[in-house]
Amino acid sequence: MAERAALEELVRLQGERVRGLKQQKASAEQIEEEVAKLLKLKAQLGPDEGKQKFVLKTPKGTRDYSPRQMAVREKVFDVIVSCFKRHGAEVIDTPVFELKETLTGKYGEDSKLIYDLKDQGGELLSLRYDLTVPFARYLAMNKLTNIKRYHIAKDFDIAGQFDPMIPDAECLKIMCEILSSLQIGDFLVKVNDRRILDGMFAICGVPDSKFRTICSSVDKLDKVSWEEVKNEMVGEKGLAPKVADRIGDYVQQHGGVSLVEQLLQDPELSQNKQALEGLGDLKILFEYLTLFGIADKISFDLSLARGLDYYTGVIYEAVLLQTPVRAGEEPLGVGSVAAGGRYDGLVGMFDPKGRKVPCVGLSIGVERIFSIVEQRLEALEEKVRTTETQVLVASAQKKLLEERLRLVSELWDAGIKAELLYKKNPKLLNQLQYCEEAGIPLVVIIGEQELKDGVIKLRSVASREEVDVRREDLVEEIKRRTSQPFCIC
Amino acid sequence: MAERAALEELVRLQGERVRGLKQQKASAEQIEEEVAKLLKLKAQLGPDEGKQKFVLKTPKGTRDYSPRQMAVREKVFDVIVSCFKRHGAEVIDTPVFELKETLTGKYGEDSKLIYDLKDQGGELLSLRYDLTVPFARYLAMNKLTNIKRYHIAKVYRRDNPAMTRGRYREFYQCDFDIAGQFDPMIPDAECLKIMCEILSSLQIGDFLVKVNDRRILDGMFAICGVPDSKFRTICSSVDKLDKVSWEEVKNEMVGEKGLAPKVADRIGDYVQQHGGVSLVEQLLQDPELSQNKQALEGLGDLKILFEYLTLFGIADKISFDLSLARGLDYYTGVIYEAVLLQTPVRAGEEPLGVGSVAAGGRYDGLVGMFDPKGRKVPCVGLSIGVERIFSIVEQRLEALEEKVRTTETQVLASHWWSSSVSRSSRTGSSSSAQWPAGKRWMSEEKTLWKKSKGEQASPFASAELSKLSANWDWHYLRLRRLCIYT
Repeated sequence: MAERAALEELVRLQGERVRGLKQQKASAEQIEEEVAKLLKLKAQLGPDEGKQKFVLKTPKGTRDYSPRQMAVREKVFDVIVSCFKRHGAEVIDTPVFELKETLTGKYGEDSKLIYDLKDQGGELLSLRYDLTVPFARYLAMNKLTNIKRYHIAKDFDIAGQFDPMIPDAECLKIMCEILSSLQIGDFLVKVNDRRILDGMFAICGVPDSKFRTICSSVDKLDKVSWEEVKNEMVGEKGLAPKVADRIGDYVQQHGGVSLVEQLLQDPELSQNKQALEGLGDLKILFEYLTLFGIADKISFDLSLARGLDYYTGVIYEAVLLQTPVRAGEEPLGVGSVAAGGRYDGLVGMFDPKGRKVPCVGLSIGVERIFSIVEQRLEALEEKVRTTETQVLVASAQKKLLEERLRLVSELWDAGIKAELLYKKNPKLLNQLQYCEEAGIPLVVIIGEQELKDGVIKLRSVASREEVDVRREDLVEEIKRRTSQPFCIC
Repeated sequence: MAERAALEELVRLQGERVRGLKQQKASAEQIEEEVAKLLKLKAQLGPDEGKQKFVLKTPKGTRDYSPRQMAVREKVFDVIVSCFKRHGAEVIDTPVFELKETLTGKYGEDSKLIYDLKDQGGELLSLRYDLTVPFARYLAMNKLTNIKRYHIAKVYRRDNPAMTRGRYREFYQCDFDIAGQFDPMIPDAECLKIMCEILSSLQIGDFLVKVNDRRILDGMFAICGVPDSKFRTICSSVDKLDKVSWEEVKNEMVGEKGLAPKVADRIGDYVQQHGGVSLVEQLLQDPELSQNKQALEGLGDLKILFEYLTLFGIADKISFDLSLARGLDYYTGVIYEAVLLQTPVRAGEEPLGVGSVAAGGRYDGLVGMFDPKGRKVPCVGLSIGVERIFSIVEQRLEALEEKVRTTETQVLASHWWSSSVSRSSRTGSSSSAQWPAGKRWMSEEKTLWKKSKGEQASPFASAELSKLSANWDWHYLRLRRLCIYT
């Protein structure tokens, strides 16, 4: 370390020398000579000289969560998890990586986005790409035929053979409850069905082999115009223009249960068995959603195609309708904040006997929601506390550390959230300032005179009102004040 | 997928054909011809034919958490987090992987246990090995000079897992750290207070916290005559004194590590000592140790520490133990480790096997390794070994439940019978032989359970039951038992 530091110092000095010579417009040969010395020194440092000795960052695409961001995250997770629990879900957890073969063949084109672990002589591993495939693996491994579970505060799934559309409706109900509770603005849930999509493509004349790729074009309709989508289908993906037009007639439609009814009467679509199944199920679904009181938030949208290969039935996606910002500010570009669907074939891919366990579920886009909530709080300039401390134990004069330590320990033992400054003789002003910065509502101030009298000052940081409390009554008094719903502090 | 399934079907049929021909004792050429076809088909399937199509497992050293295990986990985390919050800590989170260079050179020999990500053309990444190095990186990156934070997250080590009692490759750590330049030993004392509060609240049995100091160790080795180059390796021998005898440790130091026997003996005089603050005082008077500047610093700080621990009311749980050496290289001052004293089991049952359940210390030089200007930020912290605690709590719960199950079945059955008889006579129902269903069952069962607590004939269960219901989620236990009955 010391040698390198010395070398770097030499490089620095030599660099200055060269710069100096150039400024003084010294002779070309002299400059060249000194530059050669500089390059030689740099070469000794090694190939990474010039770059910063050390790159201080998180990996690309990842980030730390500061205490403030964690406070936001905790609030959001609380809302989500209490909703999952309210619906009777158990919670499971799976490892962050899986055997590579577990994930192989499940994600289609997205497989290239999977992080693999280095082959270090053992099993081949990959980081999990989502929580759904690990869930299917868990079901097959434990030979479970039904379970209602959530995974972190993100994913909720119902596995099992049940009467049609009831669990599907519950998933949508959960999504609506969560998005309402989070108060991030108005939202809409688009609903469609894989079978309707496939049936529609079939009757429009899309070749089987192009189903998936046409699907992903259609899915872009929420972001770009029909013209652009049509151009992509015809121009890039080789679809016949007539076929594209016929698709266009369908996919630009969206509505409520009346659209379902309408399509059930559609002369061509009603000839397609798959589409009929899908439409029939959607009809039932809308009945249940009405009973759940959320039908007004649901839109049957024929352009919803959704990425993942493993969906087999109903699919849904929630989008925010307006960006909740102040007038004049940049609108938040948001896309979907939650999504999901039915995937009946996934567990069967894992089960050695190919036993099917039908599943339906949803995933909350928590990262996006964090951003929105964070921005909202910033816009409102709401102060978010990052600790829950209720009391600071302070001293008014010097040489009172012992008393502070004894008192703060008493408070901790009584379950009170308390802190003290790590200084033997802190100034009272600094201690009060600490309270204000951290949002601590109460401060107890130990003073020499008060000690003799057997009392302690209890002060409200916000109002600055102070009372003397007898030492033996202090814990009670603090508990009383901090248990009020709106802290009378 | 469909093609493979078809191929496998063909292989199966061809295999049957071959078996059939052999049974019929067909001609050798015919059999050979069909076998050749079979092999060709198998070859098309690829090298992994013959094995099960798919291996259904989690990676070695990792596990899923079932709902039951999650309930245990949530309960344990609740206790830990509320203690951290009570002490005013903020919380942070960092990514599960770091740049490989962030982790390089921080873990000494243990570096070979780090999981690397495959080089896929971008940055070279590794899964985090602990939460301390990411913390130091976070501090340096955000140019923070002081923070009190906790962090609960999974870390990854390519260890040889002994999954029997909580040794995994993916496991949780609960870390609490105080970073900043403060008056000596106050934050260090608070860390020990936190450790004691948590271990008490978890009610996993009596525990002891061993305390020592890197400077005392180094000073002691110096005056005993240990060569500088052997410090770390002698350290790790001394650390084994909690598991093996002094004889064995001495043999390792002399026999394997080439230490002079006389030096080993002198070490032995010190490291077999442990006690309270009186031992600190005694060593401060030790003619040789008191000549060593480092040791004096360490002893002086321990004296202050013991004063504070007394004011915190935990001095009786702390033992100054000269044999505590602890693994990690980055400790610079006080080090500590909490061990369970007795295994909380019933007579006749398998002991749980204890080791350390929490540990930590002061590490003043780590952040400086990350800071571009080498600015130092002193840190002290602790880590709770939750996986071990999960195992202990799970075992305790199982042991308890087994007794509860067997006892209650008898008691509940008789209670249910008498109450159901009276109920069916009220409603005129003839289904008195069936278990009642649904919500009614839940509230009835609650009453029955409470009754059974009081009317236990068995001496063992009621104390345990009431302790259980006071400490743990009664609701959870009730649901567990519901699963057994219905």
